[in-house]
Amino acid sequence: MDALILSRLQFAITTVYHFLFVPVTLGLSIFVALLETWYVNSGSYEERIKLKKLVKFFGTIFLINFAMGVVTGIVQEFHFGMNWSEYARFMGDIFGAPLALEALTAFFIESTFIGLWIFGWDKLSEKLHCLCIWIVAFGSNLSAFWILVANSFMQHPVGYAIEDGRAVMTDFVALVTNPYVFGEYSHAFFAGITTGGFLVIVVSAWKIATDDSVSREMFVRTLRRAVLYTFVGLLGVMGSGHMHAQYLAEGNPMKLASFEALWETENPAPFAVVADINQEAGRNDFEILIPKMFTFMVHNSFEGEVKGINDLQREAQEKYGSGYYIPNDVRGMFWSFRIMIGSGGLMLLIVFATGFLVFFKRSQIREHLCCLKLMPLLLPLPFIANSVGWYIAEAGRQPWIVVGLQKTAVAVSPNLSANEVWLTLIGFTAIYLFLAVLAVFAAVMFIRRTHITEEEN
Amino acid sequence: MDLNIIWFILITVLFTGFFILEGFDYGVGMMMLGRPKNERAQFVRAIGPVWDGNEVWMITAGGATFAAFPHVYATMFSTFYLALFLMLLALIMRGVAFELRGQFKAADWVNFWDFGIMFGSFVPALLWGVAVTNLLRGVAIDFQMHYVGTFLDLLNPCALAGGIFFVMLFAFHGTNFLLIKIADEGLLHELRDKSFKLGIATLFCYVLFAAAAAHDTDILAKLSTVIFLGLSIAALIASCAGVKSGCGCKAFASSTLAIAFLTIGFFNALFPRIMVSSLSPEWSLDIYNAASTPHTLLLMTGAALVFVPIVLCYQFWSYRVFKARVTPQDVSYH
Repeated sequence: MDALILSRLQFAITTVYHFLFVPVTLGLSIFVALLETWYVNSGSYEERIKLKKLVKFFGTIFLINFAMGVVTGIVQEFHFGMNWSEYARFMGDIFGAPLALEALTAFFIESTFIGLWIFGWDKLSEKLHCLCIWIVAFGSNLSAFWILVANSFMQHPVGYAIEDGRAVMTDFVALVTNPYVFGEYSHAFFAGITTGGFLVIVVSAWKIATDDSVSREMFVRTLRRAVLYTFVGLLGVMGSGHMHAQYLAEGNPMKLASFEALWETENPAPFAVVADINQEAGRNDFEILIPKMFTFMVHNSFEGEVKGINDLQREAQEKYGSGYYIPNDVRGMFWSFRIMIGSGGLMLLIVFATGFLVFFKRSQIREHLCCLKLMPLLLPLPFIANSVGWYIAEAGRQPWIVVGLQKTAVAVSPNLSANEVWLTLIGFTAIYLFLAVLAVFAAVMFIRRTHITEEEN
Repeated sequence: MDLNIIWFILITVLFTGFFILEGFDYGVGMMMLGRPKNERAQFVRAIGPVWDGNEVWMITAGGATFAAFPHVYATMFSTFYLALFLMLLALIMRGVAFELRGQFKAADWVNFWDFGIMFGSFVPALLWGVAVTNLLRGVAIDFQMHYVGTFLDLLNPCALAGGIFFVMLFAFHGTNFLLIKIADEGLLHELRDKSFKLGIATLFCYVLFAAAAAHDTDILAKLSTVIFLGLSIAALIASCAGVKSGCGCKAFASSTLAIAFLTIGFFNALFPRIMVSSLSPEWSLDIYNAASTPHTLLLMTGAALVFVPIVLCYQFWSYRVFKARVTPQDVSYH
């Protein structure tokens, strides 16, 4: 393997790892802020003690996750220069701006106010303290916005010109209002709400099953709120995902056709439930189809053309010259999409079932403790959905690093040897695995030993 | 004054802020070496609320370099590939350590993460010293702005002297920060003693580094640089005097000034270059051939002029909230 493929692998591994923590930060920060707002506005003395403990409980889980997210994020910022120097040269005039704005407007407030929040319990007024976590939540979600502005340009360049062989910014407003940003950001935001909410559901369910009396009662209350919160997240993620896919028919039809494995342009186009994809031959060797369904998903009607991969390849060749412009892992994209939808659907069912239990059968919760105790087994669902979702987004961009402007193959740093990248790839992977084990261990032990009580301590 | 010069100044400001702020928390991290558990907890508590915000100065300096001088970002980060990899490993350990060290009381657990903080503070301090010295000394950059040397070329004696100097300077600066943050008189007494010795050692390393740099680079070519470097030495001496007189505030303020003058002097020596090519002066990266377009520079100037003052305001406020000295009781529940 050469430095190019190793650099791609390294970026893929470190990004996916980083994005295990990011959605939790996005969603859990808001949830903790809501919890603290509830605490600040609550009445009786006993109630306040319990709620404060609850805020600190989920706050600690948030902080462990936040630390992992921060340190893995620095790696990503450095990567663009370390492994992708030719990309940085070509794109710096455009890509650097949102990255610098992310640091200036988001990272600074996140990092400063998280310090105030952690250590400020006795130094700030209650309301000011609560405001700090809201600012952290705002900063986290703003940082996601800036990085997705940068990523959206790579998927769908706007507001630029090519001068002296590099892309230069001509219209910053166009960059920020790129229609791609809207779909990508809203999808990521609601994925964050879903992931954060689902984590609270799982933790609360487990605590209900293993704790008793006051502690159990408090976690029933967080579970109720988390069910609603996750439900909102899931609705948002489905709505924004659907909208974004419809937009892709215009904005990046090759990506859309690839994750649906539609090889030929059809009107109306069927939806493939399963397919045995033969990328070399440019067709599916076997497929189970729902007639007209793909057209309906794209056009909201059973009439309308959807472009196929082979036709888009011909169009691309006319536009960019000869070459292979089809993402080289159509099979992976196709199944990733189905795994993402499947995970989302499963989460929705779980949210309904749990919601039914805590809202309508609350008195019978004790009879279902063994089910609740098993809920942690479901925790991977949102993380799987997030990871394969990004796989579709980025694999679907290939062979381009910036669609239509620069190919991935020419973006890698020319001075790197395969050995150097092997070393860093193994190094990052090893330390990430090591820290994941320790962080999860610390979080699980914390969750186990912490109980919500009425005593002040 | 054109936008490229303004951005050179802004990058200087960001790196100055980074070295001053992260300098003391790297220093505090390094000073944990060999201290008992209870004292380490006080050290961590002293920088706990602010280290993350300080680290963002580095991230912003990196991001701003990317936005304003993309070729510098591209060449610098790919040139220092393995060095930055080591730095990232160190920063990863360090960042996670601050959060996880308090999760269990077991001595092995705490010791492990505290080692992570020490290692994670020492390595970046050393590598930044090596890196900035190499910027000025010159690395093998060809006509296409690509690095054609090896990793070992970066570890030349002059750069290593720069690295050791940075380690000593930050350790001294960090100890001075502790002088204004620690409440325990017995510990303070010991730290004053340490700080003075570190200050003298830092001055010694400064002389060694300056001699190596004068031999290898054109750092003394401009009178203005000589003045800035002279001021930083004067500030270091004042800082030592502050330590001796028992005034932590004076010591810390002076070491802050010393780092500021040093960074300014260093960038002044570089100007208008940002990365020197050791192969040909024509191949050096400067504020014109490495820059973004005026459009992007103007946009980023506006953003910097609005947001940097805002950042300074709330970071200043955060330091005020945590201005009280750290007592041993503050960390008893950690």
